[in-house]
Amino acid sequence: MAHAGTAGTVERMDAEPEEAQRLATEARDRVRFEEDALALSDQVYRVARHLASSREDAEELMQETYARAFRSWRSFTPGTNMRAWLLRILTNLNIDRGRRQQRAPQMTPLEANDYFLYDKLAENGDGVSDEEQVVERLSQDDIVSALSAVPHDFRDVLVLVDLGDFSYADAAQILDIPVGTVMSRLHRGRRILKRELAESALEEAT
Amino acid sequence: MNDPCAHCEEMMQPYLDHVLTDEEMDRAEAHLAECVDCRRRYKFEESLRIYVRKAVTEEMPAELRQKLAALRIPLE
Repeated sequence: MAHAGTAGTVERMDAEPEEAQRLATEARDRVRFEEDALALSDQVYRVARHLASSREDAEELMQETYARAFRSWRSFTPGTNMRAWLLRILTNLNIDRGRRQQRAPQMTPLEANDYFLYDKLAENGDGVSDEEQVVERLSQDDIVSALSAVPHDFRDVLVLVDLGDFSYADAAQILDIPVGTVMSRLHRGRRILKRELAESALEEAT
Repeated sequence: MNDPCAHCEEMMQPYLDHVLTDEEMDRAEAHLAECVDCRRRYKFEESLRIYVRKAVTEEMPAELRQKLAALRIPLE
């Protein structure tokens, strides 16, 4: 609609320095935004790696997230939590793309109590009950595969809170679910993780 | 409260997440001070969280860092 009519000429000349100023400010804000977002990429990746189903998925998801973030940087409110903002984009993409390998909902009951894993490990430990040594009976592979066996709805919360150090409220906002749901999924997710760990520990013991 | 250990178990996750009220915290700590079993289990849970975090943490590949930087929109 920019017709170069004579009527607008005078106004436009007045407006130009202002417009140039505005553009310069915007460019500066955008570059700063991009730098800040990139500086957080390590932290975002550590969480993304376990929200995604595989390393390859995580890498793709990161790229889609950053491409979207760079396009819609204006919707970020400066001074708010950028890491949470990026992870909100990332979890939405993860859900939207149907990339998640949905599993049937876990119908198995929870273990009788939260002390189950410790009791199992301590039981198999020839009387060694030092808590830190008991933990070390689990191998890194066991832990990685136990975590990936936790169904997505529970794992999302577990990963955001326990690996990403997000508060219940931040996790609720990122996943767009109530705080109460965060708490119950977290509780359930931790138990499922421990059950998976107990199973692999028992397999190794036999 | 018939079984203080059952109550203590219920308090464990919120205790480690630092979301208990002061009053609940005092109650949990009073029980932990006198119950060696619960103390061990709390300690185990805390070690487990640290251990899990260490085990699953993967650093971002350097190539990905470059790919992300390349997604920036060039200034006109």
